[in-house]
Amino acid sequence: MKIIEMQNICKAFGDTKANKDVCFDLQKGEIHALLGENGAGKTTLMNILYGLYCSDAGQISIKGSHRSIRSPRDSIALGIGMVHQHFMLIPQLTVTQNIFLGLQKETGFHLDLPKLEKTVAEYIRRFGFHINPKSPVWKLPVGLQQKVEILKALIRNVDILILDEPTAVLTPHESEELFSSLKEMTKEGYSIILITHKMYEVMEHSDRVTVMRQGEVVGTVQTKETDKEQLAAMMIGKKLEKPDARQNISLQDTILSVEHLSVKNNNKLPAIRDLSFHVSGGEILGIAGVDGNGQVELGEALTSLRKAESGSVIRIKDQDLTNADPGTLIDIKVSNITEDRQRKGLVMDFTAADNLILGSQRKKRFSKGVFINRPLVNSHAQELMESYDIRPRKIGIPAKSFSGGNQQKIILAREMTREPELIIALQPTRGLDIGATNFVWNQLMLKRNEGKAVLLISTDLDEIYRLSDRIAVIYEGRFTGIVSPDTSAEEIGLMMSGVENASTSEQGGTA
Amino acid sequence: MFSLTGTVMIVDFFQGSVRYMTPIMLTALGLLIAERSGVINIGIEGTMLVGAFTGFAVASVTGSLWIGMLLAILAGVLVNLIFAYAVISLRAPQVVVGTAINILCLGITGFLFRGLFTGAKVIGPVSIPTFQKFPIPLLSSIPFLGEIFFNQNIIVYMSLVAVLVIHYVLFRSAVGIKIIAVGEHPRAAESLGISVLKVRYLSVMFSGAMAGLGGAFLTIAHANTFVENMTSGRGFIALAVSIMGRRTPIGVFLGGLLFGGANALQLRIQSLGLEIAYDLILMIPYIFTIIAVTIFSRNQIDAPSSLGVPYEKS
Repeated sequence: MKIIEMQNICKAFGDTKANKDVCFDLQKGEIHALLGENGAGKTTLMNILYGLYCSDAGQISIKGSHRSIRSPRDSIALGIGMVHQHFMLIPQLTVTQNIFLGLQKETGFHLDLPKLEKTVAEYIRRFGFHINPKSPVWKLPVGLQQKVEILKALIRNVDILILDEPTAVLTPHESEELFSSLKEMTKEGYSIILITHKMYEVMEHSDRVTVMRQGEVVGTVQTKETDKEQLAAMMIGKKLEKPDARQNISLQDTILSVEHLSVKNNNKLPAIRDLSFHVSGGEILGIAGVDGNGQVELGEALTSLRKAESGSVIRIKDQDLTNADPGTLIDIKVSNITEDRQRKGLVMDFTAADNLILGSQRKKRFSKGVFINRPLVNSHAQELMESYDIRPRKIGIPAKSFSGGNQQKIILAREMTREPELIIALQPTRGLDIGATNFVWNQLMLKRNEGKAVLLISTDLDEIYRLSDRIAVIYEGRFTGIVSPDTSAEEIGLMMSGVENASTSEQGGTA
Repeated sequence: MFSLTGTVMIVDFFQGSVRYMTPIMLTALGLLIAERSGVINIGIEGTMLVGAFTGFAVASVTGSLWIGMLLAILAGVLVNLIFAYAVISLRAPQVVVGTAINILCLGITGFLFRGLFTGAKVIGPVSIPTFQKFPIPLLSSIPFLGEIFFNQNIIVYMSLVAVLVIHYVLFRSAVGIKIIAVGEHPRAAESLGISVLKVRYLSVMFSGAMAGLGGAFLTIAHANTFVENMTSGRGFIALAVSIMGRRTPIGVFLGGLLFGGANALQLRIQSLGLEIAYDLILMIPYIFTIIAVTIFSRNQIDAPSSLGVPYEKS
């Protein structure tokens, strides 16, 4: 029985068509995966179903009758609940307060907390969760916060649950727990839509898959009748270009050498503890690790965005650059590709042209006295937009009007034209689609083949394997080992969980 | 004998503190609700001033303090409605609009007072009666505290009741968690069918009512007339008290008491007849404000996450 049927849904944001004639249906009691790359339009479609966006055209039927859904209030009344990728919880309120937020009709003006807590406790028992209903939400680990979100939907008597990238913030163990809970729920008659871009989850846990690409549905298939290769082809639509080949070049001089570096995080706790390593010209050193083990702090300390604590030394080509001015780093050709392009990589309100010279604005070639040499800056921008294929090719529009992939290309274009000796890349492909990811990878490999030094810090193990000449694994601010890329994923996984690697040598697998 | 006068002086001092505290606390109690919902209102000084003038003018013309009080509350709501429209619906910067409201209110009240109550033709007497002390039976006979808190005028009692009521509403009612949710994570509130704009409008209007009443206290329960700019910064002090009290009613009560005390102290020192310029002594409550705000706003981890951020529906 079709419990939801969406027909010919269209939605545009400005010039971009996020959904084009999308049709989607959900059967009662199934887990239906909605698969696609970032920006394929999955979340937009589900936000329309949940009433957060209004569709420009199209029809929605719920349980057999046409419905217009104007707000989440409407969709909840129709039995549809959504767990967003970014949790919609109020950290300051307790689990129970969060669950009953907005349910004034049911609770009345007075919140009888002991009674409400009992109700929540019953639901918690029924679904086998382990949460204290009185706990403030900020005290809960993310895995449990997600369950609070699910409870929030369940208590509103929904029987259709939309989960947007539910495992993005979970550990593998928490993910398994979540999926077994979901499977239980389908047995009780709940129907579930799973938005994801992880192939593995789709194959393991879904009954049907709908694949989306660039705002359109490519097709809907039974999970049992398909395989990863077919789904990948549907998702991407074209064969991927092979990344530029790694050329065999001899190692050059050491470019970056870090000795006994210690850095603190925002809470003034140690984030990097007594770390030493080096990177030479002509190699990519990949630093792998689970998010939050000091990667951001390391990247920021190396680019002088964060203070290195005393007693530690960073040398780039024999110059002591501990806590040097970021401008000095630019002068001696250190490029920085940041993980947070909207806050650290670009000035979002500046034009593409201005962003493309950011950091070089004082250089002779771009200035005319105290003024900026506008014609030169513009022609420079024009050139870079051509050679890096930045779209749309409009130098005069602000950075925030570009898509994530094109924003990253603006940063790449700017940083690469500085002819860097050293590139520090922190999560350079986070949130990018496969095409843009490939572009970034090729650029990094190109620089390596030219004999430049690349430090790649990433939580994406696939990225680390593809690019690295040596792999260091970071855990709680220390390396648990530096190994060759031939090392198995299992072994690196162990190191990521804190197990020291015995066979590590200072040189790792460079030989 | 000496100890008796000593006790009388201390009781007198605290009674004065509570009286000075009342307008500031009323205003701060309203502000904390608006701020919890995510709106910071620098213009509250102007709202108070309009409340003070309206209370006085209406009481003068009608001869009724009660009607004066009621219309002062309405006038406060109206001023804040203008503010709310600009910052919530039009998403104008809150500090800029607040400043404009202050200037507007200072000008309007001064203009109307001079036009209507001075010169040859006036619409009412420039001097009005005030709410008198009204000791509450039994409670006022509690030693020490009875005299301080329960031998006061009616608006003082209203402010004390307001502390308890707002504490209950904010932390124990469905409305309270809505207000907190809208100030912390408006998008989450919206996703649960709560109207962010409505909650913010109502919070700001409530704050206007409280500031209107707080302002009116100055004319109809304290001084018996209106003076241009007579709030003289009490709205700003209320902003400080709200921050100091960590936007909780109990905290605001304690903070208000501290500032009331500073003001009472300032008056006591003046009456001692020391050879100090009285302007310097007048500064005491304001210096207090600066020091307290500096200390208490250093670590604003408890400030609502969306304070001052306009909300735009997606």
